Amino acid sequence: MPAPQTPISLRRLFDEIGTVDQVGIEERVAKHTTRSLKKKSKVFGLRLAVTMVDLTTLEGKDTPGKVASLCQKALCPHDEGDIPPTAAVCVYPSMVRHARKHVGGTQVKIASVATAFPSGQAPLKTRLAEVRAAVADGADEIDMVINRGAFLSGEFGLMQDEIAAVVEACGKATLKVILEVSELETYDNIRAASFLAMRVIRPGDFIKTSTGKTNSNATLGNNQVMLEAIRDHYLATGVPIAMKPAGGIRTAKQALHFLIAVKETLGDEWLNNRRYRFGASALLNDLVRQLEKERTGAYQAPWNFSEATEGY
Amino acid sequence: MPKTPSKTTAKTHPARELVFGDLWEYDPAPETADPKMKKKYDLFINGEFVPAKSGKYFPTINPADETKIADIALAGANDVDAACKAAQKAFTHVWSKTSGQERGKYLYRIARLLQDHAREFAIAETLDGGKPIKESRDFDVPMAAAHFFYHAGWADKLEFLAPGRKLSPHGVVGQVIPWNFPLLMLAWKIAPALATGNCVVLKPAETTSITALKFGEICQEAGLPKGVVNIVSGAGETGAAVINHPLTTKVAFTGSTEVGKLIMRSLAGTEKKMTMELGGKAANIVFDDAPLDQAVEGIVNGIFFNQGHVCCAGSRLLVQESVADEVLAKLKRRMAVLRVGDPMDKNTDIGAINSREQLERITALVKSGVDEGAELHQSACKLPTKGFFFRPSVFANVSMSHRIAREEIFGPVLSILTFRTPEEAVEKANNTAYGLSAGVWTDKGSRILKMSTLLKAGVVWANTYNKFDPASPFGGYKESGFGREGGKQGLLDYLKIS
Repeated sequence: MPAPQTPISLRRLFDEIGTVDQVGIEERVAKHTTRSLKKKSKVFGLRLAVTMVDLTTLEGKDTPGKVASLCQKALCPHDEGDIPPTAAVCVYPSMVRHARKHVGGTQVKIASVATAFPSGQAPLKTRLAEVRAAVADGADEIDMVINRGAFLSGEFGLMQDEIAAVVEACGKATLKVILEVSELETYDNIRAASFLAMRVIRPGDFIKTSTGKTNSNATLGNNQVMLEAIRDHYLATGVPIAMKPAGGIRTAKQALHFLIAVKETLGDEWLNNRRYRFGASALLNDLVRQLEKERTGAYQAPWNFSEATEGY
Repeated sequence: MPKTPSKTTAKTHPARELVFGDLWEYDPAPETADPKMKKKYDLFINGEFVPAKSGKYFPTINPADETKIADIALAGANDVDAACKAAQKAFTHVWSKTSGQERGKYLYRIARLLQDHAREFAIAETLDGGKPIKESRDFDVPMAAAHFFYHAGWADKLEFLAPGRKLSPHGVVGQVIPWNFPLLMLAWKIAPALATGNCVVLKPAETTSITALKFGEICQEAGLPKGVVNIVSGAGETGAAVINHPLTTKVAFTGSTEVGKLIMRSLAGTEKKMTMELGGKAANIVFDDAPLDQAVEGIVNGIFFNQGHVCCAGSRLLVQESVADEVLAKLKRRMAVLRVGDPMDKNTDIGAINSREQLERITALVKSGVDEGAELHQSACKLPTKGFFFRPSVFANVSMSHRIAREEIFGPVLSILTFRTPEEAVEKANNTAYGLSAGVWTDKGSRILKMSTLLKAGVVWANTYNKFDPASPFGGYKESGFGREGGKQGLLDYLKIS
């Protein structure tokens, strides 16, 4: 664990990592959406996206039954078409032990949000205890939220120390650090927070856009800012950090645009579910729908896909 | 200790470079709609398509595969004479008596028809000129329509251009346009001319006549009175006939500085009004506090847009010495994912060079850069075996005396120079015969304002590049020409003020 740092000013950080121009980056990502994927390349992209989904349910009304059906869906997204399992299921800590019954020992990982998700407004001791409990129950991956209050008030050292403490509490579990980009607001802040987080997490840990609980979540713009931060960090240190956009990615087309951003920014080594994930629920159905369309040549009736999983 | 093979060493110390490989290749995504092109195009004179009086045609080819697309009528001096007389007649009897409101209606109609036919125009433009379909689809055609819409709005409001003064049209305007943006340059020329009440004789470039002649069909469909727009295709001699014809009282030319000078010589001593939009060698200036990834995007957009066949291309990159290495590294990484190839593929970023002649010119200039000692980097992409293609190229360690830093290459070739202070940047940027455009990249707003006043360029873009709008006047200083196109200034160039 690094020694506690004195707060450094944001300006000094930007001198080091550089800033982001909003108009320019949005122009860049608009180009991703003009790429046209046909035939094999489309199927490849859709299947890749399926294997990257963290199939998520994060509701007050979650029950062991709901988690069970979520797990089945993750293991076998569709009864036809040989569609691969998703990367993980993502649930609240109290549901981890229920998820373990269904996906434990399979290739589908159990991810759990922790650290007083989504606000993070609980004492550090409580947040760390929650992480340890989730890991003890069998979580393979922990999705934490950063202390946005600390970031916005310039206490970067505090923010980093807390992340480092969670890294320690995770043990062998992979960590995903949620920046909650909508509360950071500017692309400059997102870049800064990405760097602060990446400097205290391990190779293979993730930075993640959002909780999905605010009104603005993953966009191609903030995804691009974070991908470029990961690229710059990797080229400078050799440490590969993984990326997870979450919330708001509901259609297969959107997912493909995000993957094009990965392909053209970070290259082939990030085109797998160890380095890139989607935090999503409704997305999986649309991916399956499009894959079935490619396989059969026609869109299938809507009742072939469990639209009732909208809340996933 | 046994010698360790170097492979093992490489494994334990992986090179920190990104892999842009073939894990996920994009399949071909060709645009397949019908461009509705004819095998043979005649001249558009007095509202009708007529063969050249000589009966001569010349072929136009697709630069992406060198196949012939169509035969184009070759207008001689007598055809140009007929076109000018038709235009004069239309001006005297019809167009000068048509109210601004009515002229506006025609322009709106043309704009909407261009939108209706957008897809076929985009495909025709790409087939004939070699530019990627995504550019003709997303830029050329929509911008051409936007120019007609914009000028349609002005047609009945000309009195507000110069309050208290009397404005009147010139009559017949002779216009000669280049091959880099065939339809868009036509729109830049014809829209303000018609809005201000002039009639037009226009000569498209010989390698890209099709969309101009297709535009003749749009004029017919719009019911534009006969003779208001005339299009005569051909090469340099046809252009000279248009410009020197006694009936053309105003001449508008976009093209090379070399030809611009010839035109000015031939018109010296006549009363003809002129506007010239000529070459450029723009400086794109990147300061060390700039958002570098977006600057790199702007550099790419500035030099590789339309294969660098852009008079305002940011062909000289001036980068502050402290970030020069980083910018070059980022630029190379960005170039690794640029897709060069079939212009009709929707994923193609860089298409075909417009003609063999232009390809040879680019090749020769790049050779001179290597010979003079600049350091050449080219992207490793695979080029098609047929057609005219050139690898996106960047020269590092260029000095001001190199040919590649002084001459307009008009291709996908960037020359990188460095500077230490803002004053040096301005000095180097202005040290050129041209003055069409420039770019400034910095996070400091006050510096942008200061640079924009010091740079001798008609357009200065700040933290962006190659942005156009019909309301924004475009034109140059020094050997980049004079007169403006677009906006109020552009309209005034088509009017006599008394």
